[in-house]
Amino acid sequence: MKLQEYRSKEILARHGVPIVAGRTATTPEEAREAASEIGGPVIVKAQVLVGGRGKAGGVKLAATPEEAEQRAREIIGLDIKGVTVKTLLVAPAAEIAKEYYLAFVLDRATRAVTIIASAEGGVEIEETARTNPEAILRMPLHPLIGLQEHQVRRVAFFLGLPPELRKDFAVLMRGLNDAFFGSDADLAEINPMVVTAEGTLLALDAKIVLDESALPRHPDLEAMRDLNEEEPSEVAAREAGISFIKLEGSIGCMVNGAGLAMTTMDLVKLAGGEPANFLDIGGGAKADRVAAAFRIILDDPNVKAILINIFGGITRGDEVAHGIVEARQSLTRDVPMVVRIVGTNADEAREILAKANLITADSLDDAAAKAVEAARAGAVA
Amino acid sequence: MSILVNRETRLLVQGITGREGEFHSRAMIEYGTRIVAGVTPGKGGQSAIDGRVPVFDTVAEAVAQTGANATCIFVPAAFAPDAMLEAADGGLPLVSCITEGVPALDMLRVYHVLRAKGVRLIGPNCPGVTSVDEAKVGIIPGNIHSRGPVGLVSRSGTLTYEVVQAMTDAGVGQTTCVGIGGDPIVGTSFVEILDMFNQDPETEAIVMIGEIGGDEEEKAAAFCAREVRKPMVAFIAGRTAPPGRRMGHAGAIISGGAGTAESKRAALEAAGIRVADSPSHIPRLLHEARVA
Repeated sequence: MKLQEYRSKEILARHGVPIVAGRTATTPEEAREAASEIGGPVIVKAQVLVGGRGKAGGVKLAATPEEAEQRAREIIGLDIKGVTVKTLLVAPAAEIAKEYYLAFVLDRATRAVTIIASAEGGVEIEETARTNPEAILRMPLHPLIGLQEHQVRRVAFFLGLPPELRKDFAVLMRGLNDAFFGSDADLAEINPMVVTAEGTLLALDAKIVLDESALPRHPDLEAMRDLNEEEPSEVAAREAGISFIKLEGSIGCMVNGAGLAMTTMDLVKLAGGEPANFLDIGGGAKADRVAAAFRIILDDPNVKAILINIFGGITRGDEVAHGIVEARQSLTRDVPMVVRIVGTNADEAREILAKANLITADSLDDAAAKAVEAARAGAVA
Repeated sequence: MSILVNRETRLLVQGITGREGEFHSRAMIEYGTRIVAGVTPGKGGQSAIDGRVPVFDTVAEAVAQTGANATCIFVPAAFAPDAMLEAADGGLPLVSCITEGVPALDMLRVYHVLRAKGVRLIGPNCPGVTSVDEAKVGIIPGNIHSRGPVGLVSRSGTLTYEVVQAMTDAGVGQTTCVGIGGDPIVGTSFVEILDMFNQDPETEAIVMIGEIGGDEEEKAAAFCAREVRKPMVAFIAGRTAPPGRRMGHAGAIISGGAGTAESKRAALEAAGIRVADSPSHIPRLLHEARVA
């Protein structure tokens, strides 16, 4: 789960990382007030989870509160990569002497939490990795001992930090480490970490991405979820306990199992159609869950046909078939459905579906082809 | 002899008295797996599965009393890391964890502890391991298999069943089917299972089912090019997955442009491994690979 900059900074501050304390604003007036309170020049930053906000005009300097209000007026409501800006962070503008990159990331390839550090701050680390890999230090943490003091020193020397800042840096880096582990993050990134003209070390921007699997033990962090930047259908799906991702196509998919659901989408494409969504209905699905899944899929007006693919192991095919027939009766809109159920009680399922006049298929390839055909026929009609 | 599990497997089930544990233990026993013990703290002294399996409070006690040599864990995500560690401490050489939703940083620690102890961990977030007509450890439905010479390894659950069914229907039987799990950090990698299949005299060909995210398929491709002479076919799910999104499985995510289905396919094909467009094509491609 991605966290907004201001939320990420809150977490870092909690763990002792020096940040530039700012205030959030959702209206131009609030931005002016924030700038007044802060006093002096401020930076007005769009709070969006997508990248490239700077290039899109979402980060602006303001010398006075009136300017801050004007900049806020320009940025609130701005569309950045499909996201409408709702919240701003107004923070004291810092005079930057030097920028650095510092992050902790869970690297699955090496099975280690890895420190990434570079004196090329303020740019995309992927860019630096491409153009100047020598400028990046990658150092794995010991999985059981964690961050060691000599590692902190090594980063400080690698970055070429002046001696008088090494102590402050140790505090910052230890804080970033604690924030990463304390919040169960996948990534905790400070880009840039800066030394100001006055010689202060601080985190100017922060990005924390949390491990979804760990959220149940962090209700305070779960509460930081920014629903404004999530698809309403995906929010509804999460609440219903259904794994769902909205896509652009016209063939809705309902499948049990993530790998099989991805495969179903792939086969729809192979058959000449476009999947409208990824949906994993999970194991042991019954009527109410099937109905919830249908509602979520059909909320998308682009959906012209639904492909249901169930491989019953624990999941009983006849129960899913009953669920489909029941749910279909309460749907607001009728779309062709192609149902392919194999595995446990597949024969009973087939009988139930045939009686309800639903298109069935035995093979997944065939089901995909039928669904694509049904969507095309529907589109013409 | 197949790999990992066989008729000599004496299985312990951690969480046997829970709903999942109970249901699947019945299915495992029906398949012919020897479940010798269950562990549910606080229910020691009871018996499970209609009196057939003694329940113990701890893994250590269960192992001492029954000689269990493998465990299958059906324990909620919050307790699964501890269960895996207890299994390792209890001296079990093989641990299979079905549980989905284990926090990544917990799994990181468990991974390194079990590795250091030389404990073979399969999963978490996996359907387990079945050696056909020998033993089933996990939740793969028993009736989709037929015995034959092909080893199968997969990151997926029901997609694995789909492929196994397609193979069985085409008369291509299996030695062992291994679900390594859908999480970003799992106990055993593709490379390690492929190595086992490569050395198993009963396995003559191998099917690998991957998906987007990470670089394990690419590592497998490099390993196979160097070491594996047995015919191989692969399938990679997620060609239509959008970048940056977790597709159900915690490990199924295209991150920073890396881990796409295309790159995995390219790496596998470069290693001489045929990649199927659909699970149903796998039997035919296997045949082609075997006659080639």
